[in-house]
Amino acid sequence: MASEIELTPSSYIDHHLTYLTAQIREGSFWVLHVDTLVTSVILGMLSLGFIWLVVRKATSGVPSKTQAFVELAVDFIDKEVKNIFHGNRHTLVAPMALTVFVWILMMNTMDILPIDITAKILENVFGLHNWKIVPTTDINTTFALALSVWILMLFFNVKVKGLGGWLHELFCTPFGKSPAVWILNLLFNFIEYVSKPLSHSLRLFGNIYAGEVIFLLLGMWAATGISGTVFGAILGAGWAIFHILVVTLQAFIFMMLTVVYIAMAHESH
Amino acid sequence: MNINFTLISQAIAFSVFIWFTVRFVWPPLLRAIEERQKTIADGLAAGERGRHELELASQRSSTVLKEAKQQAAEIILQAEKRASEIIEEAKKAAKEESGRIVAGAKAEIEHEVFSAKETLRYQVAELAVAGAAKILRREVDSKVHADLLSAIQEDLK
Repeated sequence: MASEIELTPSSYIDHHLTYLTAQIREGSFWVLHVDTLVTSVILGMLSLGFIWLVVRKATSGVPSKTQAFVELAVDFIDKEVKNIFHGNRHTLVAPMALTVFVWILMMNTMDILPIDITAKILENVFGLHNWKIVPTTDINTTFALALSVWILMLFFNVKVKGLGGWLHELFCTPFGKSPAVWILNLLFNFIEYVSKPLSHSLRLFGNIYAGEVIFLLLGMWAATGISGTVFGAILGAGWAIFHILVVTLQAFIFMMLTVVYIAMAHESH
Repeated sequence: MNINFTLISQAIAFSVFIWFTVRFVWPPLLRAIEERQKTIADGLAAGERGRHELELASQRSSTVLKEAKQQAAEIILQAEKRASEIIEEAKKAAKEESGRIVAGAKAEIEHEVFSAKETLRYQVAELAVAGAAKILRREVDSKVHADLLSAIQEDLK
């Protein structure tokens, strides 16, 4: 912690929720959260690179333990995708689900690392002040993922049903073909198309952000003395253990919704 | 919590990662898994085939065994029949042989009897000659009276 700043609860939390930013151009939009981007890219390269290294030497014979582990994960995801998506899943949907699951799981798991210790290491070893290590607590990340999925969803809607088919679906489902309900149908579909990326991204963001804030609140027990520190540490450990479930579950939910949205785009009503 | 350029950069990172997985990660692993599934399926099929063949072989062996038993029984039956035949033949041969032996013995006995009779006759003739000589009280020159003696002998025969 920077000692010149007075350490109050709100300054502590503010400090941990501040991004390391870079201004690319004038304007409030052209800000880049360097910490979010770099951490997420490193995590993606580590996890997918690991899988790639394993897969490159994959044998169809008796697999090594590492390969068996990767296969287990891939097979698990492949089965889930197979249940939902009935097209050729190997060209995009299944590998995409794998990417989403592995990457989000890695990003979420950064939440479990002790926040003050990592901040200390980043600041003193790498000289990086205000480095947020959990990319999924940045709404830009979750929105980026959800919007990419959303764009793919629109793309497949048009690709599979044709522009006419999709427009027909916009106007004629879910209430029927009658011109009297066209407006209602369109409104309904509009709400659906808006709510999908919102719920998709905000669910992940909310869960992980809340988890992060609770870690920060538990961390503040350390300000009350030795017994408070011990108490906070025990609670923090409990929350971290519980968070293993949350982190995995949120990654899984995000992946499942990704597959479901794209599968829905492939199916005519 | 403001939307900014990070969103676009993250979306780009996301697409690159998806491309990477689609291009490099998924296909080889899928191939390996599918090949292994095929190998396992083949192995299972081979096992099933082996089991089936074993069943057939055991069936075949049991029929062969049954046939062999039957043949053995037949052979034993034939052998018994043959044995009794041989015994019968032997009995017949023995009977014939014994008959022959008995006949030979009889012939020999007859011959012995005949030669004994002959000897006896001869001796009787000699005794008769001797007796006659004694009765005549004179020497009968056997050399002189040889023809007489032989005539007597001839008569006595």
